[in-house]
Amino acid sequence: MSDTLTIHHEHPDNATEFVANDSRAHWHDQSLWFVRSKRDKAASTLPEWEELRARASAIKQHAMSRLGDYLEQFERNATRMGAVVHWARTPAEHNQIVLDILKKHGATKVVKSKSMLTEECHLNPFLERHGVEVVDTDLGEWIVQLRHEPPSHIVMPAIHIKREEIGELFHKHLGTDAGATDPPYLVNAARDELRRKFLNADVGITGVNFAIAETGGFVVCTNEGNADLGVSLPKVHIACMGIEKIIPRAADLGVFLRLLARSATGQPITTYSSHFHGPMSGGEMHIVLVDNGRSDILGSSDFRRSLNCIRCGACMNTCPVYRRSGGHSYETTVPGPIGSILAPSRDAKTHKSLPFACSLCGSCSDVCPVKIDLHTQLLTWRKEIAVRGLLPWKKRLSMKFARILLGSTWLFSTAGKVGRWLVPKLPRFLVYNGLNPWGKQRELPPMPKESFRELYRKRNQSKG
Amino acid sequence: MPRVGLFIPCYMDQLYPQVAMATLELLERLGCDVHFPSAQTCCGQPMANTGCSDDARPLAEKFLSIFGEYEYVVCPSGSCTAMVTHHYEELLHGRVGYEQLRKKTFELCEFLVDVLKVTRIEGRFPYKVGLHNSCHGLRELRLGSSSEMMVNRFNKAGQLLAGLEGIELVPLQRPDECCGFGGTFAVAEEAVSCMMGLDRIHDHEQAGAEVMTAGDMSCLMHLYGLINRQKKPIQVMHVAEILAGRQPQLKKDS
Repeated sequence: MSDTLTIHHEHPDNATEFVANDSRAHWHDQSLWFVRSKRDKAASTLPEWEELRARASAIKQHAMSRLGDYLEQFERNATRMGAVVHWARTPAEHNQIVLDILKKHGATKVVKSKSMLTEECHLNPFLERHGVEVVDTDLGEWIVQLRHEPPSHIVMPAIHIKREEIGELFHKHLGTDAGATDPPYLVNAARDELRRKFLNADVGITGVNFAIAETGGFVVCTNEGNADLGVSLPKVHIACMGIEKIIPRAADLGVFLRLLARSATGQPITTYSSHFHGPMSGGEMHIVLVDNGRSDILGSSDFRRSLNCIRCGACMNTCPVYRRSGGHSYETTVPGPIGSILAPSRDAKTHKSLPFACSLCGSCSDVCPVKIDLHTQLLTWRKEIAVRGLLPWKKRLSMKFARILLGSTWLFSTAGKVGRWLVPKLPRFLVYNGLNPWGKQRELPPMPKESFRELYRKRNQSKG
Repeated sequence: MPRVGLFIPCYMDQLYPQVAMATLELLERLGCDVHFPSAQTCCGQPMANTGCSDDARPLAEKFLSIFGEYEYVVCPSGSCTAMVTHHYEELLHGRVGYEQLRKKTFELCEFLVDVLKVTRIEGRFPYKVGLHNSCHGLRELRLGSSSEMMVNRFNKAGQLLAGLEGIELVPLQRPDECCGFGGTFAVAEEAVSCMMGLDRIHDHEQAGAEVMTAGDMSCLMHLYGLINRQKKPIQVMHVAEILAGRQPQLKKDS
C-alpha cells in the first residue's frame, strides 16, 4: 500500500506553490526556526548532550540488530501482564485487527491520541468506512482532522495553520464566536468538545513511543494528557506501534526521554510520560505490532539506521527546505529529511523527487538525537534512484554530457573559453528565459576574459 | 618547503580566476611550493550528488592520477575537498594511492591552521564582514563547530579572518544556515533555493555586513546572483581573497 495522498505531485512543484505565498512561507520558516532555537537552548543545558546522542544511537543499533529476539521478549512479558499482542505485516492487516477488536466490543466511538503509525496505515478513513467514529484527541491532530487534511509535521501536526484559521474552523464546527482568535478561548472550546468525546468513547487508541522488551510495558509521551484520558475511561485500550519502537531495558528509557522532548520542542520532558503495564482491572489491552516495510529497511545496511528514529521531528524543524516548503509538500505521512528516506523505501517511484528536495547541508544529521546519518542516506537514495532508472531523462542526459565534457581537459577548457566569450555578447532574452531556471531570480556570474589556467600559464611564462 | 598541488574547482577556474590566484599567492606567501596541474577539470561532485556514480568515477580516477604525486593537495572549497576526502571512498575503494590522497587533501583554511600552523595572517581589512559557513566544510570537514552540536565552539576561517587588522565579524541570527545553492538543487528546487539565498542575504544585511565571505565560491555565486539581480550594495568575497589582502569595491556613501 502506498504511503501517499491520492494524486501525486513532484516536490519542487509543491514547494514552488508554497514559496509563492512569501509572507506565509516566511511565517512558517520562522515558527519552526523558533522551535529549533528552543531545542538548541535546551540541549545546551546538558553538558552530556553529545554523549547521550551517542548512547541512544548505540542502544537503538543494538536493539535493531536483535529486533526479532527483543520483540518476542516484549510479547512474552506483555502477555504475562495480560495484554494481547497482535502482529501485522501490512497496514491492511493492522487496520483489520483494530476493526475486529472494535467489532468484538460492539464499539462505534473511538478516541485516539497521536499516532503516526495509524496515519501511516490510514486507519481513520478505514474505520470511518466501517461506521466507526474516530476522534483524534491531540489538539493539533484534531484540527487537521476537522480540516480533512493529513498532519504537516509529526510532532506539531497543525504547525502550518494560523490562529485566525483555527478561529474560523472552530466557529464552523464548534460554534465559537466569529472572528475569535484568543488561544485560551479556543483551547477551552476544544477542551469542552473533546471532554464529551472522551466520556462517550467505547475504545481508546494510542500510539507508542517506547516499548520495553525487558518489562513488556510501554510509554506514551504527550503534552496534553490526552492519551491518559483516552484510555482511562473506556475499558479497552489498543496501542499501535511500529516494530522499531522497541528498546531493550527500562534503564534505557531515561536516555531517550531526556533526548526526545528537548529535541522535539525544547522542553526538558513531555508534560506526560505515561507508562502502561497490562490492562486496567476488568479491561482489555491490545498491542498491535506493525512491520509495513520496516523489515526490508532493517535488511539494508545503507538505510538500517533510519529505524533508530524516535519521531522527535527535530530534522524537520532544522531543515531549511522543510521550513520553506511545508510538510504537505512531501505528500507522505512523515515529511522532511527522515520522511524522504522512509518513503522511497516503500515506493521509490512515487517518492523519487524527495531525496532531491535537499541541499545536502547536513543540519539534520547533526541535530538528530539518535545520530541517524540522514543527509548521507538521502545521497545514497539518489544513487538508488539512478540505479533503478528513475532519474528524469534531463538529469540523466546532462550528467552523461557533463562526464564527457569534464572528462577531457581540452574539451573543458575550450567549452569554458567559448562560453565566457559568447554569453556576454548574447541578447538578454537568449540568456534569461524559461529554459534557464538559474536566471529566473539570479544573474549569471561575471564572465572573465581569462580562466585561471590561462592566467597561470602566462604567470609561469613571464617568470621564465 | 611543502609541495602543494593546487586543486581549483572547475567553475572557479573558468569563472573566478581571481579567487584561484588569491589562493595561489596566499599559499606562496606562506612558504609553499605550489603547482597547478593543468590536466585537472572537475572532481565529479555534480554527478555524484545527482546519484550518477558511474559518471563520477572516471573523474575521480583522473583526479587520483593527477594529484597522487603531490605532498599535499589544497583546495579553496570545502565542498570539493569533501568530495575527495569523504565521497571518493565509494568510487576509488581499494585503488592504489587513494588512502594517501585522502589523507593529504585539505581545504585551504584547514591546511593553513592544521598543517602550516598559521595563527595569524598579516593584513588589513577594515570592513564589517559576515562569515557564511558553507555546509560541506562545516558539517563534513568540520572546519568549525556546527550550531546543532553541543561541543566547544571553533571556526578555522573565522579564526584566520579575526586576526586581520580592522575587520569586524558581525554576528548572524542564524550562524550556519544553508544558503540554498546545493549544486543541482539550485535549479531543481529553484523556488526554495532562491528563498533560502535571499534569507541568508537578509541575515547578513541586518547584521550590518558590508561584505559576505565564505570558503566556497559556489555559495557566493548563488548569493551574488541574487544580490546582483536585486542591486543590493552588499559584496561577496571568498575567504582566500580577504586573506590574500584583496579589498572590496564598496560604494561608500561618504
